[in-house]
Amino acid sequence: MSQADLAVKTRRRMGSQRRREMAGLLFVLPAMALVLVFFLIPLCMTVWMSFHNWPLMGAPKWTGLDNYAAMLKDRRFWGAMEFTIWYSIVATIAIFGVAFPLALFVERPGRTTAIYRTAFFLPVVVGFGSASLLWAWFMNVDSGLFSPAAVAMGLTDEPVNLMATTDGVFWSIMVLVVWKTAGFSMILLMTGLQSVPHDIIEAAHIDGANRFQRFWRIKLPLMRRTLALALILSVAGSMLAFDQFYIISNGGPRNSTLTAVYWIFSQSFVSFKLGYGAALSMVLLVILVIISIAQLWLLRSPTGDAK
Amino acid sequence: MSARVNPLGRAAYHMIGTVLALTFIAPLVWAFLSSLKPAAEARLPPLPPWPTGSVTVENYVALDGYGVGFWSHASNSVIVSIGTVVLTVIISVLGGYGFSRFRFPFKSVFFIMIISTIMIPFQSILTPLFLILSKAGLQNSLFGLVLIYVTLQLPFSIFMMRNAFDAVPIEIEEAARVDGASVFTVLTRVMLPLVAPGIVTVAIFAFLAAWNEFLAALIFLTDQEKYTLPVLIVAVRSGRYGSVDWGAVQSGVTVMMIPCVILFLLLQRYYVRGLTAGAVK
Repeated sequence: MSQADLAVKTRRRMGSQRRREMAGLLFVLPAMALVLVFFLIPLCMTVWMSFHNWPLMGAPKWTGLDNYAAMLKDRRFWGAMEFTIWYSIVATIAIFGVAFPLALFVERPGRTTAIYRTAFFLPVVVGFGSASLLWAWFMNVDSGLFSPAAVAMGLTDEPVNLMATTDGVFWSIMVLVVWKTAGFSMILLMTGLQSVPHDIIEAAHIDGANRFQRFWRIKLPLMRRTLALALILSVAGSMLAFDQFYIISNGGPRNSTLTAVYWIFSQSFVSFKLGYGAALSMVLLVILVIISIAQLWLLRSPTGDAK
Repeated sequence: MSARVNPLGRAAYHMIGTVLALTFIAPLVWAFLSSLKPAAEARLPPLPPWPTGSVTVENYVALDGYGVGFWSHASNSVIVSIGTVVLTVIISVLGGYGFSRFRFPFKSVFFIMIISTIMIPFQSILTPLFLILSKAGLQNSLFGLVLIYVTLQLPFSIFMMRNAFDAVPIEIEEAARVDGASVFTVLTRVMLPLVAPGIVTVAIFAFLAAWNEFLAALIFLTDQEKYTLPVLIVAVRSGRYGSVDWGAVQSGVTVMMIPCVILFLLLQRYYVRGLTAGAVK
């Protein structure tokens, strides 16, 4: 083969390689375009907007750190933040407290167990909007379920208006959230439990570890990654709570159940202070990223990868 | 373990299981049964949940009296949900294939960029999204809402589809290519049937997310006639003339949840696969 022939061949191969590169780029282009336009650009814009007084109509004005300074004095925002963090802690404990026993309950194989699993999971696929509307009805003092049922069962003499008190709203929504999301954590935890290799459990069994030890000392540490995932999803989900509080309590009574996202929503889209809303969003974003990283760090495996 | 051997333990297991299962399903059944009551009865506490007299569709008729009529809002919801499913599937199949089978510059940077958006809550970029949609003339448009829903589905869907393509042996594809099939033919004729389960998973997640989404729909749809079902039914719940028609709320909730429940019961296997894909990886 002559030198020239070889060069032509090489060039042709390089041409086809280039074409394949182009094809690959074209395949991922639509996804990249959407993520760029509807995620990365908005993300950068949030930072930019947070330094402006940005009304809905008219020209935005650069105000530097004014929004952040105003935020420090925004009692309602910090009240909402505090409430959201408190809510997330209680919700996560409650969800895990229900989901872990459920996961252990449905971990075994079997047709009936599969039916139980489906039943526990069913509320997850119903939207938060529908579930919240359902609860708003249940919590109604005259036409609902909770108060009339309590009266009928003789638990209380007087009807209880759950909507009237912060505790009534908080704990009713807590029941809603556990009912609605425990199945989700249950499936994750069950997968984690099942992913622990059987021979390790067997070996521990032969070495005389009892059921409790096998769970606490072997399974739990080995499913650390799944735990981290379930924990992060639960905390992040709770920190972003909006639907249930908007629909059920409107943040009431007296703004006592206002969540962070709710406050951002009302500043941005009710008061139309878009710049200020962006600044609030930045703070929420940073807090969430810190929480997620902290949880990953807390649940990191000491001996490298568990799996 | 002992429960399977010990008949008493086994009975206890199933008793607890049955009670728990009924507890979890009860609220859904409660709404459905109550929605069939006559309007006057639906205003009373749902004890018992089922209609004591006749079964009627009065509450569903009442629901139709809100907004611009039930069917318009239902079709808005269907358009948004189906649109989200179709676009999500197309874009994530293309993207998943690209990321799985091709080499190109910045490939891993692009992939990480798409996947990492899942770490950032979309609630924190609502304000600029609102501006971008207005600039593009897509504010108050169902299509604009679809684009946002698709973007939110992409990290999960691309991840799912890339794994699905990764699992197909490269030899199958090479055989087709040697036979002279073009890149696109290989994808549509050879690969698509092999990754169908992944597509079903992606489609269910996209449908449920779009069908149930509330916050973005509330913000980006400003004309009443554009409202999707969640926004409509929340409006029903806020009441008219200071009173709430709980019967209409019950029928609305029922209509909202039935497609989700049926879809899940039919395609549960694919849904759970999607959940566990992230858990074990």
